Amino acid sequence: MSGLRILVPVKRVIDYAVKPRVNKAQTAVETAGVKHSMNPFDELSIEESVRIRERKSHPQGVADIIAFTAGPPKSADILRTAMAMGADRSIHVETKDGEEIEPLGIAKLLKAVVEKEKIDLVVLGKQSIDDDSGQTGQMLAGLLGWSQATQASKVSFEGDKGVIVDGEVDGGVQKVKGTLPMIITTDLRLNEPRYASLPNIMKAKKKKIEKITAADLGVDVRSRLKTLKVTEPAPRQGGGKVADVDGMISKLKELGAL
Amino acid sequence: MIPRISHSVLRQTRAQLRSKNGPTPVASLSALARLLSSLAVLEQKDGKLNHSSLGAVTAALKLGGSITGFVAGGNIKAVAEEAAKVKGLEKIIAVDNAAYDKGLPENYAPLLAENIKKGGFTHVIAGHTAFGKGLLPRVAALLDVQQISDITAIEDEKTFVRPIYAGNAIATVESSDEIKVITIRGTAFPAAEAEGGSASIEDGVDPKAACPTEWVSEDLAKSDRPDLATAGKVVSGGRGLKSKEEFDRIMLPLADALGAAVGASRAAVDSGYADNSLQVGQTGKVVAPQLYLCAGISGAIQHLAGMKDSKVIAAINKDADAPIFQVADVGLVGDLFEKVPELTEKLKQ
Repeated sequence: MSGLRILVPVKRVIDYAVKPRVNKAQTAVETAGVKHSMNPFDELSIEESVRIRERKSHPQGVADIIAFTAGPPKSADILRTAMAMGADRSIHVETKDGEEIEPLGIAKLLKAVVEKEKIDLVVLGKQSIDDDSGQTGQMLAGLLGWSQATQASKVSFEGDKGVIVDGEVDGGVQKVKGTLPMIITTDLRLNEPRYASLPNIMKAKKKKIEKITAADLGVDVRSRLKTLKVTEPAPRQGGGKVADVDGMISKLKELGAL
Repeated sequence: MIPRISHSVLRQTRAQLRSKNGPTPVASLSALARLLSSLAVLEQKDGKLNHSSLGAVTAALKLGGSITGFVAGGNIKAVAEEAAKVKGLEKIIAVDNAAYDKGLPENYAPLLAENIKKGGFTHVIAGHTAFGKGLLPRVAALLDVQQISDITAIEDEKTFVRPIYAGNAIATVESSDEIKVITIRGTAFPAAEAEGGSASIEDGVDPKAACPTEWVSEDLAKSDRPDLATAGKVVSGGRGLKSKEEFDRIMLPLADALGAAVGASRAAVDSGYADNSLQVGQTGKVVAPQLYLCAGISGAIQHLAGMKDSKVIAAINKDADAPIFQVADVGLVGDLFEKVPELTEKLKQ
């Protein structure tokens, strides 16, 4: 092996701090004119990949970090961000505005890219904060038959092939040892993503974004799920305030919670 | 008695429908429903059935049709027998092989995929737990199916309801896949009754897939308190607690006075006041207890995603404009360092 080749899939989503609104037709969440950013978990993936390079965590070093996205033309912005954070180049599978490829389709696209680019390690976010499915990494691992370590809070290498990952599980942490090539999905605890500096943002403009289509990769990304409707959740009525602790206790008793 | 009779009638009808050769006449929707056959993936640990995974049986009961439970691990007999008593299950498929003890998806997914193909199941259901989240997408990919994650309701055999955008929108989706692979939100599907069933136990097929991943160790937070995900009451602390010492000093006695589980906001977890596994929110646990009592939590959307389906929400916060008060049934504006200990004392009386 001559240096790790890392693939980092990223997704453009509505910024995490924005409260999403359902559109009038109840077909989707309103996205026009809403602030978008890189999915927060994907920032962690980029950061971790760059750290593996900077800290020389793997004995052979890192040969290439490729950011990938499948999304509308504007997704190129987050590929620039990824490259400003340290990714070497990008691949963009461009979709039409409003068209969203499901996790299975994304996993198939990624599989094709993994094979084409001879990738050793794919670092993905554990979920995108719009669709909240949390499937893509595991699906990709399944399609490739690779080791998977999900919800990683710590990643270290052992020799050429071994990867030790602490992953968040219900009730605590589980440590597994995977074998390269493998798939890791990131949890919030993994690291603190850096801010891209202005010089790095300028440099990123010169880095390459390769545009391809699903058809170029020979992948059928037709949807299996049809969204029948999207609605606002039932609103919750704040019950007002009480003056003191006694008031709280009596109100809780009244509501049958105590 | 009536449900049992109708159940056996249903079983006979299904058997007749299945035994017919040639094209089955397209019958009414109810007859189709009888052809549903669900596989509920049950979790086990150290030879014990995880009862919270029985929510999968509850979901399968809502779908209708036959329900098979699936368990795998070393010396699985005791777990299989325990599962056989679960109400609603007709059959248990058990695979006895210690390679599956840790539930590693690398070999568990091919195992499930083989048994799903062999059994001809139309629906595969597991909890949206760490186990289910790691495993089912891998199974779905092996079956070339788009999974439906974290559903909160079932409309019919192919239509499901799931929250998106941290619970700020609710999507109703229809699957065109032949096999529906689903994870369920535990708070929306309570565990099925652990007694009253008498399922048969059958050995499953074991493809003995190689596992490139090795389980090394685990470090689980030990606690005598109820489990966060299933507790009837939860007390939760946030950034306002200021330190781990204060978190423990203020929140734990309140939890004990109420018999509640302890939760925390991401801010409290990130600052090291509480363990990661206690985080409530979009990226942590989703809870829906009878009572969710929080102190020093402002109520960011990511946090609300994890608790806004609680029956009663009570909040103590010194900021009268904190968003948490918009969802709280009972709000108290005040210094948590005074109010929480006072509340704890008064609850003890």
